Amino acid sequence: MNNFSARLRKTLYSYGTEPSAILLLFCVWGSAIATFLTLAFLLLYILWQGLPHITPALFALEYNTTNVSLFPALVDTVIMVIMALAMATPLGIFAAIYLVEYAKRGNKIVNVVRVTADTLSGIPSIVYGLFGMLFFVTYLKMGYSLLAGSCTVAIMVLPLIMRTTEEALKAIPDSYREGSYGLGAGKLRTVFAIVLPSAIPGILAGIILSIGRIVGETAALIYTSGTVAALPANVFSSGRTLAVHMYVLASEGLFMQQAYATAVILVVIVICINAASGYLARRLMKGN
Amino acid sequence: MNKGKEKIMHWVFLAAACASVALVAMICVFLFANGLPTIGKIGVTDFLLGEKWRPNNDIYGILPMILGSIYVTIGAIITGVPIGLFTAIFMARFCPPLFYRFLKPAVELLAGIPSVIYGFFGLVIMVPFIRDNLGGTGSSMLTASLLLGMMILPTIISVAEAALRAVPNSYYEGALALGAGHVRSVFFTIVPAAKSGIMAGIILGIGRAIGETMAVIMVAGNQARMPQGLLEGVRTMTTNIVIEMGYAADLHRDALIATAVVLFIFILIINLTFSYLKGRVVQQ
Repeated sequence: MNNFSARLRKTLYSYGTEPSAILLLFCVWGSAIATFLTLAFLLLYILWQGLPHITPALFALEYNTTNVSLFPALVDTVIMVIMALAMATPLGIFAAIYLVEYAKRGNKIVNVVRVTADTLSGIPSIVYGLFGMLFFVTYLKMGYSLLAGSCTVAIMVLPLIMRTTEEALKAIPDSYREGSYGLGAGKLRTVFAIVLPSAIPGILAGIILSIGRIVGETAALIYTSGTVAALPANVFSSGRTLAVHMYVLASEGLFMQQAYATAVILVVIVICINAASGYLARRLMKGN
Repeated sequence: MNKGKEKIMHWVFLAAACASVALVAMICVFLFANGLPTIGKIGVTDFLLGEKWRPNNDIYGILPMILGSIYVTIGAIITGVPIGLFTAIFMARFCPPLFYRFLKPAVELLAGIPSVIYGFFGLVIMVPFIRDNLGGTGSSMLTASLLLGMMILPTIISVAEAALRAVPNSYYEGALALGAGHVRSVFFTIVPAAKSGIMAGIILGIGRAIGETMAVIMVAGNQARMPQGLLEGVRTMTTNIVIEMGYAADLHRDALIATAVVLFIFILIINLTFSYLKGRVVQQ
C-alpha cells in the first residue's frame, strides 16, 4: 500500500506541480469519468426500468391496443435489414474493389467518389427520408412500403460499407496479389479468390455496423416505410421498424411501459452488434 | 472469353463506384428541383428571414427554425466539445490501460446507441429534471443542447483521439527534455500539433448536431416561434420537417422540402470544411 502511494506521488510529480497542471489533470480525469458514467447511467436506467416490462404479450403475433406487441416491428426490422443490405453490400464492395484494385494512382474518379461518399455519410437522416419520400414513394410510386424504406436506408449505409471494405482491402499485403499473379491468375480471379476472402473480417465489421445504423434509424423511415404496426403482407406493404415503433410509443405517451421494453430490446441489439464488430476488428488487428 | 469477362467486370466495378456520385447528384436534383422554385415563390427574404411560420395563413418564414438549429448546435458545442476533447486527451495520453479497456468500448457504444433511445432518455430523465429544478415545461432549448452535447461526444472523442495519437512522440519527448511536466508537454505540444484533426472532429460533431432529428423532437418543445430563451421551447429545421410532413399539402409541403434544402446547404458547407481540414491533416 505504501509502495502504491509512493508510486502515485511519483507519477503525479512527473505530471507537473504547477496549479494549472493539477487543474488540467482534474479536467481530463473528470471528463473521462463523466463520459463513462453518462453511458453507464443511460444503459442501467433503461435496463432497470424496461426489463420488468418485457412480457410474453409483447411478442404476440398481432399488434393491438391491449398487448402493444412489438413482434411485427421486430419482423419489419429484420426484413428491412436484409433488404437494405442485399442492395448496399454488393454495391459498396464492388465500388471499394474498383477504388482499391482497379483505379490507377491519381485517377480523378477516385477523388470524386471519395468526396461524394463523405458527403453521403454527412447527410442527415431526415434529408434521406425526404429524398426517399420524393423519389421512391412518390416518383417511383412505391408508396409507403418496406421496399421504399429499405432503398432509402441502403443509400444511407452505402458509404459506411464502401469505406470499411476499402480499408479492409488496403490492409491486404501486395505480396498476396503478386503471388496470385505469379501463379498465372487473372485480375478478376485474384480479386475474388485471394483478396476478398482475406478481407472478410473487415468487410463483416462494416456490415455489422451498417446493421446497427439500420436498426436505429427512425427519421429516414417515418415517411418512406410508414408507421403501420401490423405484420407486412409483402414488401409493398407499409411497416414500422423497432426504432419507429419506439418513437411512436414514446411520443404518444400512452404505452410508456412498452416503450421502455422496446428500448431494452433496441439497446440489447446495439450492444450485441457493437460487441460483434469489435470482436471482428480485434481479430483483424491480430491477423496483421 | 476470359478477357471479355475481365472487361465486363471492370465496367461493373466502375459503375458501382460511380453509384455514390449518381446518388448524391440525384439527391441534389430532387431536393433542389422541388425546393428552389418554392423558395422563389415565397420570396427568398420572406422565406429565409421571415419570423413567422403560419402554414394556415400561407406565411412561411423559417428564421425561427434556422436560429433554433443554430442555437441548439451552439449549446451542444458548449457542453459537448470541452468534455469530448478532454476525454480524447485522456484516452490518448493519460488513460491507464486497464481503464482504457472499458472506456474505448463505452465510447463506441455511445456512438452506436440509436438517436431515438437518446431522445427517450432525454424525455424521461432530463425533461422532468429540468422542469423540477429550473422551471418551465422542461422541453426546452437547454434540454436539447445538453442532449445533443451528449450525442456528439463519441464523434468528437474518436476523431480527436485519432488525431492526438497521430502526433509523433518526439514532440512530447522534446518537451519533457526541456523540463516540462507530463501535463504541460501534452497540452502545449501534442494538442496544438493535433489542432487540425481536433477541429475536424468538432466540425463533424456540429454536422451531427445540426442534422439530428428524433432526439431533438422529443425534448425541444417544438414551438414554431422565434427562440425566446434557454428554458423555452424551440423548433429546429429538422424537427419542422418531421412534425408537419405527415399532414402537409401543396405549398406547405413544398415549404417543408425547401426547409430541407436550407438544411442540406448548411450540411454541405460543414462537410466541405471537414474535407478541407482532413486534407490538411493528411498533408501534415
